[in-house]
Amino acid sequence: MKKIFYIPVFLMLLLSWSCNDDAFLDRPPTSILSEEQIWLDDSQVLSLLGNLYNRYYDIGTVKDWPSLGGFNEAFFSNAGSYGDFQNSGWNLDSWRTWDYTYIREINLFIQKCTAADKLSAASKDRFLAEARFLRASYYFELVKRMGGVPLILEPLTYDFGGDPSYLQQPRAKESEIYDFIISEAEAIKSKLPANATEKSRVTMAAALAMEARAAIYAASIAKYGVNTPQVTLTSGEVGIPATMATGYYTKALAAAKEIISGKAGAYALYTKKPDLSENFASIFYDKANNSEVIFVDDFKLKSGKVHGFTISNQPRYGAEEEEGGRINPSLNFVEAFEKLDNTFAPIPTTNAAGTPLYYTNQVDIFAGRDARLAGTVMLPGTSFKGRAVDIWAGFQLANGTILSGDDRGAQKTLPGKTVPEQVVGFDGPIDGFEFTAQSGFYLRKYLDPVVGSGQRGVQSEVWFVRYRYAEVLLNAAEAAFELGQTADAAGYMNQVRARAGLVTPLKASDVTFDRIVHERRVELAFEGHYLYDMKRWRIAHLIMDGNAINAADLSKDLGKATKRNTQPWGLWSYKIYDPASQNNGKWIYKVIRLSRVTGADRFQFGNYYTSIADEVINNNPKIVRNPNQ
Amino acid sequence: MFKRKDIMKIRFQLFSLLALSVVFTSCEKDNFTAPKSVLSGNVVYKGEPIGVEYDQVRLQLWQPGFGKLAAIDAPVSQTGSYSAVLFDGNYKMVFPKGRGPFMTIQKDASAKDTLYVKLAGNQQLDVEVLPYYMIRNAQFSGGESKVNVALKLEKIITDVNAKAIERVSLYVNKTEFVARATNIVVTDVAGADVKDLNSINLTATVPAITPTQKYVFARVGVKIKDVEDMVFSPVQKVQL
Repeated sequence: MKKIFYIPVFLMLLLSWSCNDDAFLDRPPTSILSEEQIWLDDSQVLSLLGNLYNRYYDIGTVKDWPSLGGFNEAFFSNAGSYGDFQNSGWNLDSWRTWDYTYIREINLFIQKCTAADKLSAASKDRFLAEARFLRASYYFELVKRMGGVPLILEPLTYDFGGDPSYLQQPRAKESEIYDFIISEAEAIKSKLPANATEKSRVTMAAALAMEARAAIYAASIAKYGVNTPQVTLTSGEVGIPATMATGYYTKALAAAKEIISGKAGAYALYTKKPDLSENFASIFYDKANNSEVIFVDDFKLKSGKVHGFTISNQPRYGAEEEEGGRINPSLNFVEAFEKLDNTFAPIPTTNAAGTPLYYTNQVDIFAGRDARLAGTVMLPGTSFKGRAVDIWAGFQLANGTILSGDDRGAQKTLPGKTVPEQVVGFDGPIDGFEFTAQSGFYLRKYLDPVVGSGQRGVQSEVWFVRYRYAEVLLNAAEAAFELGQTADAAGYMNQVRARAGLVTPLKASDVTFDRIVHERRVELAFEGHYLYDMKRWRIAHLIMDGNAINAADLSKDLGKATKRNTQPWGLWSYKIYDPASQNNGKWIYKVIRLSRVTGADRFQFGNYYTSIADEVINNNPKIVRNPNQ
Repeated sequence: MFKRKDIMKIRFQLFSLLALSVVFTSCEKDNFTAPKSVLSGNVVYKGEPIGVEYDQVRLQLWQPGFGKLAAIDAPVSQTGSYSAVLFDGNYKMVFPKGRGPFMTIQKDASAKDTLYVKLAGNQQLDVEVLPYYMIRNAQFSGGESKVNVALKLEKIITDVNAKAIERVSLYVNKTEFVARATNIVVTDVAGADVKDLNSINLTATVPAITPTQKYVFARVGVKIKDVEDMVFSPVQKVQL
């Protein structure tokens, strides 16, 4: 019996004898690709590059809904965000970014890709150009937020010798960073495809669009920096000498013209749809043959890369989830849209004598305005996904009293009736009730009209547009204007304006600084441009000067670049209930100060350039602090 | 009535609570004592506090000698006072560059405008600065929903660093916090319209307040050209 036990034990011991320990234990991992394996094949390099693409920095993006609102262009109908409207400005570390890990990894990519010898020359060139674009883009982001930063173009390595001082680089001048971005764009543009159908990878047009934008930013800092002498450092890390302005404007115009001439591919303004507002909204969700869009952050359903922007901002009534309606464009923003005769006017709620105006349809009050208004803002009386938004604040009775409710679609009994009926919209507005249209408006830009886009389990694949042709035209217009070529400037601006229904062209003499500022505000709203534009023109501290806005201020100086914008206001509609009157069932509008808005924003001089973290300065004493901090 | 089983259960829970409380008792050694020395004072010109806006101007305290540096912020209140609770030790006190409606006083080339503070126990320390303007003799009066103020302005800095007045503003609010962002009415006089610094008058019409309130708080502020922070008079309660 014992023998039967011993034999298998003996056999087992014999079999478990291994012959080659090294080969057995030292096996290549099956889940990680080695350095050598990566640089063999295009598709592997592309997936490595994909990682770098995904780490691109945007100050505003559809992945983070509040980042696209802000600066009182909108109120946030979200209980957790009311604090944004109850403080008096921004911390000095707002918008900080300092991701030198990202730069190091791009530098490593460039170093290794240059050394790789198994890739074809064509694809190698393209990969390198793309990596250099991403690096220049991030330096662009850094210089916009932080001013001049250390310009590191090689992967740095610590030798563990105890003295890291050779790694401590001082900040470059602000102009040097802009020069770097411009020269990189010039160097890589011919190595990138001139292909207008490629949107998510960098193309020649993307490089040129970045160049034009960087040059226009640098130029305006040089030109308008003289208005804020406090926001400069004598050694040039912040601030650009005024003498450099013309040079930068010339470069911006040249780069923009290269795209406009068609050399970089067939780009044109998007004009597919006859309804101009619908057309404008479609720029952002139509992904088939979109001729306007140049470079995007793309998303794809069922791929894991989707976003919830529509969930956060969809009209609350009939929404696919029990949320939405967060970004509520403010009346300040709505009133910035011109009338079709190129003049500015407040939304007409009363006549000159102060008596209310009565409208048969809710949307009539917005008639005869820039089509971009209805393309950007979801107005009361319009619809989304085939369902009308239900935005109205209540009934106004014959004696002028208001009958309203404090819940979405609340019911009450009207005088003379016996059955309760709905007295407030299912989309509000109800003051302080989150997800209702508290300002009286919802956002339309970037909302995805596809069924399911508002469901958490599905989400949206609408792309985020980083560069588009209309901005290139506006950059060209601004550069031409500043260079004294006002006729050209008017020509570029009129293209963008005609697409919005403003068909009366501006004359050369009509183009002013105020016009340029205004056009960018309404065309590029909620796309992440507003802050940077206010900063580079050095008007942020005038627009947000810390003074509260009253109703009279609100409608004054519309279209002026430095018009105060410190608090978001609302516009609420009421239905008239007065069976004896001819106005029964008509609509009136009232300008509303929202009770949750108690603060007034003040943009400090110290906010023009974000503070650099103490941690960074402790590690590198060569870094100088930004002004006013 | 409790059954025996229930009593056992409660007893068991009590035991576990007791055990937990033993576990969570902290060891005294790993806790620092909280800082308790108070450094406080006013931002002054010749001993007179300078009024500023709530939570806008701040002092920075730096304590070298402990490795990595980071500033301790001490905000300056409406009345021009500041305070910070600190550990005893040596501190450097500065205003961040370009902040406050005043210039700092340069003592010498090496120290510049830094104040060296040796803190041992509570300490009062007034910070002397050079304001561009001082508001003198602000006389508020009210009645019939109006607030009036008569004031004089003294131009303190008159050399090359002198700056013009951008505007003089009368701010009125329901509460003691009166500032650019928190007010119910403002009246401005542009700097160009100020002819005589010794006689400036402003009047504000107070709108209806709900709930009704028979008094308001008012203060005058002066915005100096190219200077971010405004200089303010003390807040005054005014009967309507």
